[in-house]
Amino acid sequence: MIPIILNVNNVNYEIMVKPGEMLLDTLRKIGFTSVKKSCDTGSCGICSVLVDGKVIPSCSYFTMKIQNKKVITIDGVEEKAREIGQFLLDEGVDQCGFCTPGLIMSIIAMENELTEFTEENIKHYLVGNICRCSGYEGQIRAIKNYLEVS
Amino acid sequence: MSVNKNIPKVDGIGLVTGKPAYTDDLASKDSLIVKVLRSPYAYAKIRNINTLAASKVNGVELILTHKNVPDKVYTRAGQSAPEPSPYDKKILDEYVRYIGDEVAVVAGINEEVVDKAIKKIKVDYEIFKPVIDYEKAIGNNVKVHDPDCGTVRFDIGRDASKNIAASYHMEIGDVEKEFKKSDYYYEDVYYTQAQAHLAMEPHSAYAYLDLQDRLNIVTSTQTPFHVRRIIGQTLDMPLSKIRVFKPRIGGGYGGKQFIHGEFFVSLVTLRTKKPCKLIYSRKDVFSASNTRHPMRIKLRIGAMESGMINSLEMKILSNTGAYGEHSLTVLMVAGSKTLPLYNKVDAVKFSGDVVYTNTTPAGAYRGYGAIQGNFALESAIDEMAKLVKMDPIEFRRINMIKEGETSKIFEVMGEGTEGTAQIIKSCKLEECITEVKEKINWDKLYPRTVIDENTVRSVGLAIAMQGSGIPYIDMGSAILKLNDDGFFNLLVGATDLGTGSDTVLAQIAAEVLEIDTSKIIVYSSDTDLTPYDVGAYASSTTYVSGNSVYLTAKKMVEIMKDRAKKLLETEEVQYSNGVFKSKDKEITLADFSNEMYYGEDMQQLVASESYYGVKSPPPYMACACEVEITKNTGKLKVLRCVASIDCGVTLNPNLAKIQVEGALVQGLGMTLFEHADRSEKGTLYNNTFLTYGAPTKMEIGKLDVSFVESYEPSGPFGAKSVGEIGIDTPPAVISNAIKNAFGIRMKELPITPEKIWEAINNK
Repeated sequence: MIPIILNVNNVNYEIMVKPGEMLLDTLRKIGFTSVKKSCDTGSCGICSVLVDGKVIPSCSYFTMKIQNKKVITIDGVEEKAREIGQFLLDEGVDQCGFCTPGLIMSIIAMENELTEFTEENIKHYLVGNICRCSGYEGQIRAIKNYLEVS
Repeated sequence: MSVNKNIPKVDGIGLVTGKPAYTDDLASKDSLIVKVLRSPYAYAKIRNINTLAASKVNGVELILTHKNVPDKVYTRAGQSAPEPSPYDKKILDEYVRYIGDEVAVVAGINEEVVDKAIKKIKVDYEIFKPVIDYEKAIGNNVKVHDPDCGTVRFDIGRDASKNIAASYHMEIGDVEKEFKKSDYYYEDVYYTQAQAHLAMEPHSAYAYLDLQDRLNIVTSTQTPFHVRRIIGQTLDMPLSKIRVFKPRIGGGYGGKQFIHGEFFVSLVTLRTKKPCKLIYSRKDVFSASNTRHPMRIKLRIGAMESGMINSLEMKILSNTGAYGEHSLTVLMVAGSKTLPLYNKVDAVKFSGDVVYTNTTPAGAYRGYGAIQGNFALESAIDEMAKLVKMDPIEFRRINMIKEGETSKIFEVMGEGTEGTAQIIKSCKLEECITEVKEKINWDKLYPRTVIDENTVRSVGLAIAMQGSGIPYIDMGSAILKLNDDGFFNLLVGATDLGTGSDTVLAQIAAEVLEIDTSKIIVYSSDTDLTPYDVGAYASSTTYVSGNSVYLTAKKMVEIMKDRAKKLLETEEVQYSNGVFKSKDKEITLADFSNEMYYGEDMQQLVASESYYGVKSPPPYMACACEVEITKNTGKLKVLRCVASIDCGVTLNPNLAKIQVEGALVQGLGMTLFEHADRSEKGTLYNNTFLTYGAPTKMEIGKLDVSFVESYEPSGPFGAKSVGEIGIDTPPAVISNAIKNAFGIRMKELPITPEKIWEAINNK
């Protein structure tokens, strides 16, 4: 076990981690159950968090790499999450909700990264956020409404 | 008005902001970790299992093997008792019957300890040759189950000596005689594959003992009451000692209508007295939960010169894998939820065998046989339309079921039992077809448009039906409690999988009680605190549970009016919009409720009613796709998918729409990409999201879903079901579109670019 300082949502956590520990497991261990576990292979987007503003799948990111970086989970952007979430709710597309926190983190990252929003580049940016309930069409309607894209 | 309104899901904001909601979020931090050692062989006997070294690992609390668990057969299928599934599974068995079958269970203080202990378990296997190819199962020398083991609750046609888990046969009229009269005849064989559910939340179960030493199981299940019954009867525990609670669950689609880790966490907690949890890894979900039943479907159809179908036969071979969960019922639904579409036939026959193999067990999956049957039937309908030289839409129109009609099949075929006769009181299939035909621009685009020498665009169409619950078998119930300040608790056993049923049921109660939906606080799916409900399956929640809520709310209005009469000292009281009125006095619901709590003659007002279906009114739909196919690669792109659905009155149009959109994409995934494919030895090739090929936002073109409203007199506020039907049509729609493009018939799912390329080039 190695002692590290993990900065999550602008709070420092002094914790012990194993060399091979993944950020997802560390975050859930210290109480951030908002970060969900699903595919184990970095391919579904559900465990997405922001690391220095960039969206990453926390199930496939070593906690050890996080030293001196800032992690933001959905708990750290509650107000924004509620705002985006309301658009998803208005389409009834929240459904089982398991993938939604990860999707919202990706939407936030997309807003920071892209300069132009079209249906195509929204779909392209969010392609890694798998959802089995919604069929995606309603998500796209909600995201376009949120971003005021026609 | 509360129904037919887009009320956002009551639990939505908590879910989207990531609040602790699912089993693993709620499990106590000091839970023991439970993991399963799984079989590396498709078929073997455990000659010896040595757990001594494993049990000496520091931190290991308990190891379970077949030697120290109850030796009793049961079925993992979450169905009403007596289950139409064979009792052929043991909690842990000395035989392992597929790669992933459970060998031993380890509980320890953390993951590392458990992983280390699992590696130290020494198993001596006697390896057998497995049966992997289900077409070679019947009569195979290898028997997946000892013919002397396993039981059935009633005759389901099981014959383990032939590897048959269940079989069924019915005939109305004489199909052979009718085929002889047919002017046109078509027959062919269709194949469907094993599809994974891919619920984003892996199967999760958490157990603890409460202050009364009762076993509490928190689990991602679709059927909490069935779980309680199955655990109790198999562990010989009084049901009073067990509580099962479903928190929020991350998708189900039928995959959680099944016992997964519940037995293991129960035994660990009962023996160690400590809380514990078992969270499946994604690989375990793929290889060791369940899939859709792969089927071989032979379809025979005969028609007269007039274009009328006179005879139909469907014959199925279904693969249930290592255990027979849902084997008989999925088979029967393949016929009973498809063949009544064409009710004007003179004879119809349905038969099939469900076989055991050494592969991952099959189970319930949205569509539940109907998608398999629909693929064969609706492809064959297009083939026959071509033979009789009719437009496939016109051919359907003259042959399909209409409002006011019936089908003898309703009476003959139920789910595992006889069916229930019904006259169709709501069917807007005709209007659905008209809408889809216009929206897809059928008249212009049918059959094909050649874009260039390498690219063809075409359209295909299919229709579908489903049911609304299982009549006389599945029951739902509700309790309403009036609180001070005039709001209600609605307690329901119904199981919200994320579909929004908590919200829809609250809307039904609010509509009857003439108050805002926010005044109905729903609590669901807890065997201690909510009344019985079979759970979420068979497209039943809105219709069956919804009717129980409707009746409960009606009763509550009557109970309240009775008390209001006393309070207002009058013989006659009217209630509307939250106000009780007599000739000269009135009192608001809030004031009335405060009187009930703090007035002179105090009483807690509670109402409860139950409901079981006496028929199963089908929702109907039509669906068409426009596809673009590239000849030199075989790549097929779905440009547009248009669907029109009659599910009665949509109680929450947004949630109904997402049910259909989500189902369509699952259906398109099954049609084009998904396959839980395995080697000859039974090894699953694709057990991760990386290799399985679930649809993303990029694969599917534009979805266009709309509703044609009908009114189902037996449904709550005119509603029928909508949860499953959306998945049924894509396989036939796409196969029909390819036929319209190139004149070739794709008969095996998934329809991959390789198969299309090969079919075009071998034409």
